[in-house]
Amino acid sequence: MAETATQARYENEQLYADHKKVYPQSVSGPFRRLKWAILALTLGAYYLLPFVRWNRGPNAPDQAILVDLPNQRFYFFFIEIWPQEVYYLTGLLILAAVALFLMNALAGRIWCGYTCPQTVWTDLFLLVERWVEGDRRERIKLDESPWSISKARKKAMKHVAWIAIAWWTGGAWVLYFADAPTLVWQLATFQAPLTAWTWIGILTLTTYLLAGFAREQVCTYMCPWPRIQAALTDEEALNVTYRIDRGEPRGSLKKAAALEAKGKPAGDCIDCYQCVAVCPTGIDIRAGIQLECIQCGLCIDACDTVMRKVDRPTGLIGYDTDFNIAAREAGKPTHVRFIRPRTIVYAAIILIVSGLMLTQLLTRDDFGLNVLHDRNPQFVRLSDGGIRNGYTVRLLNKALEPRIFTLNIEGLPGARLEVIGIDTPKSASPSVEVGPDTTRELRVLVFAPPDPARGVSTPVTFTATNLASDDVLRTSDFFKSPGD
Amino acid sequence: MNAEDAMSFAGTWWLLLLVAGFAIVLVYALWPKNKKKFDEAARIPLEDDDDGGQNIEIDELSGTETTGHEWDGLKELNNPLPKWWLWTFYVTVIWSLAYFVLYPAWPWFGGATKGLLGWSSRQEVTQELASLRAEQKTYWDNLSQIGLEEIRSDPELLQFAMASGGAAFGDNCAPCHGTGAIGAKGYPNLNDDDWLWGGSLDEIHQSILVGIRSVHDDTRDNEMPAFGRDEILDQTQILNVAGYTRSLSGLETPSADLSAGKELYAEQCVACHGEDGKGNTELGSPDLTNNLWLYGGDLPEVIETLTNSRKGVMPAWDGRLDPPVIKALAVYVHSLGGGV
Repeated sequence: MAETATQARYENEQLYADHKKVYPQSVSGPFRRLKWAILALTLGAYYLLPFVRWNRGPNAPDQAILVDLPNQRFYFFFIEIWPQEVYYLTGLLILAAVALFLMNALAGRIWCGYTCPQTVWTDLFLLVERWVEGDRRERIKLDESPWSISKARKKAMKHVAWIAIAWWTGGAWVLYFADAPTLVWQLATFQAPLTAWTWIGILTLTTYLLAGFAREQVCTYMCPWPRIQAALTDEEALNVTYRIDRGEPRGSLKKAAALEAKGKPAGDCIDCYQCVAVCPTGIDIRAGIQLECIQCGLCIDACDTVMRKVDRPTGLIGYDTDFNIAAREAGKPTHVRFIRPRTIVYAAIILIVSGLMLTQLLTRDDFGLNVLHDRNPQFVRLSDGGIRNGYTVRLLNKALEPRIFTLNIEGLPGARLEVIGIDTPKSASPSVEVGPDTTRELRVLVFAPPDPARGVSTPVTFTATNLASDDVLRTSDFFKSPGD
Repeated sequence: MNAEDAMSFAGTWWLLLLVAGFAIVLVYALWPKNKKKFDEAARIPLEDDDDGGQNIEIDELSGTETTGHEWDGLKELNNPLPKWWLWTFYVTVIWSLAYFVLYPAWPWFGGATKGLLGWSSRQEVTQELASLRAEQKTYWDNLSQIGLEEIRSDPELLQFAMASGGAAFGDNCAPCHGTGAIGAKGYPNLNDDDWLWGGSLDEIHQSILVGIRSVHDDTRDNEMPAFGRDEILDQTQILNVAGYTRSLSGLETPSADLSAGKELYAEQCVACHGEDGKGNTELGSPDLTNNLWLYGGDLPEVIETLTNSRKGVMPAWDGRLDPPVIKALAVYVHSLGGGV
């Protein structure tokens, strides 16, 4: 008995599914308009942001967003990040993850349906496809028809347009890594560096393949988010939902009229399959929440349009919660709650992390002092019996103008500090000029008079004083002595 | 035949033997007459089964033939290799053929075949080194043209001189002076401010250039008599001089007669070491008043120095290293901290 059941499953269920091409039909409505608006906004930002200028003075690039790999700097409007501050990136990643969780707790996979680059570029590619080959039926017909000159022309046109968009996508990407106008000119005159061409090539290929061919399969098979999302969601999250209580039993208008004539209940769903035709992932939302659903709401637009035409109330498909589905079934009141423990926790995490990052960003020093003690020798005996230690000192000037710092040492009575290459009178503290937005490495010698009471290791503090502002930075280290 | 020849001979012949052996196996395996034999051999695993591999079993659910191997009721399906895998394999074969032609590959007498591209790892290293040298050329040119003091006052050039001087020091000087230049007994510590021949940039540069007691015409050289070996002083006198010398830097020697030692010092040592014992960097005579000793300040060491003299040596680097490298070395040694 058990064996036959297993066998039956084996025969009926294939582990491998052939790809069935999805031909989404065009649709209009508030969700479609929202998606167009988000598409225009996100793509506009992506393509145009590299050209936004931001004046930082003569010693820094004037591009608002720039990842300057050769000089190891990242510029974002008024923020400049050095490589050792890469933890801000960690903070951003935490923020992005928790923001995704929060969106999910509020309204399921709205990230997937509206803002995900895969969705946005697929939408754009579909727009081109629709524009060249026509809407759903015409595209299906075209694909089924034998090859002809007009078919070849249409296909060629579509792919050329796709590749152009894909090239533009890769082209915009590299603009974030170099001065955009210069690089555009270099690309136009074929003088751009090979790295730029390589990256444009890679991104052209991935955009073309992912948005042109892989499309919903990326969401269904490649992306980990749907799987994680399914584990994170709860019964209070809004999802695109078919009102099964209102819709069933489904049937054509004729059937419904016949049923009603017999005094039997008839559902609102007229089984027109419009929700399936417009779905970018090709599923039937009436089967309930599915892994493939990216919750873009296009089926809502399609269904509402039809409902208006047949004079039935809209909202047969809409954003609703699992809780409400169960409540309706049980005849209990429905509700939508945005403020719940999990949304509060997610929002709190976002506030705390962004608060910490902002505080850190606003209070960070704009100069730095690193000290490294010589390893060999640890100390040097001098002819007058005094002891000398050598250090490598690194001064970081994050300001965009040159600045002068004076170096001092504290915690060592009678000690004197000397910088190789900078002649300073013995009584004065050495002053070091550090260029704009650079690091200067110095070899620093510290002399201490003979002192039998001094131990093998004396804690000392190096100080760097910004001459202009009198701000002081301190770094602790040790002064080594023979100890005899 | 020396070891190297034997190695290259063995290498070539061994590889040729391998290639020939492989070729023979390949020809044998593909020879039409042998086909039947190999087909039978391929069936041996199947013949291990109970039915002797006569009945090929078809799996009911998938319709694929099985290999007949069974583990706890699980049977292995005899699926062909995936196409993508097979094609990747063919591509790697083609790739390797192209590689054989383009790059050094086949063992041959006197080294492997050169390949059409003429590529060699040594040549690549040479090119990389050449491009690095080209990158550094401006710095080296600057180093050879400007004076030592000027190098010190140019931050960028100073950094280059210290880095390249440090590398040259590690290659050439560290065996005696140590990687941190702290020296050892008989090899001066270059970090401290006690210099035999002077610690200014020019003096250090000169010392590196001509060496100490080297074969260079202008070598730094001096002659401290071996007072004991040459019987200039007897053992008691040496003890007294040693005691007096040690007293100059505050060390006590109860067994020595310091006033006798002082007299002998005035007779024998003053000419080079000076009345106050401060030495003379012109002559390379050490300062005896500080507590830094090249060969040690213990009484037996001082007596040994007086008895047999010491005469350390350092090679002249003029002609062995390029002039700008010697300049960088001088700057590096000077910036260790002891330079004056």
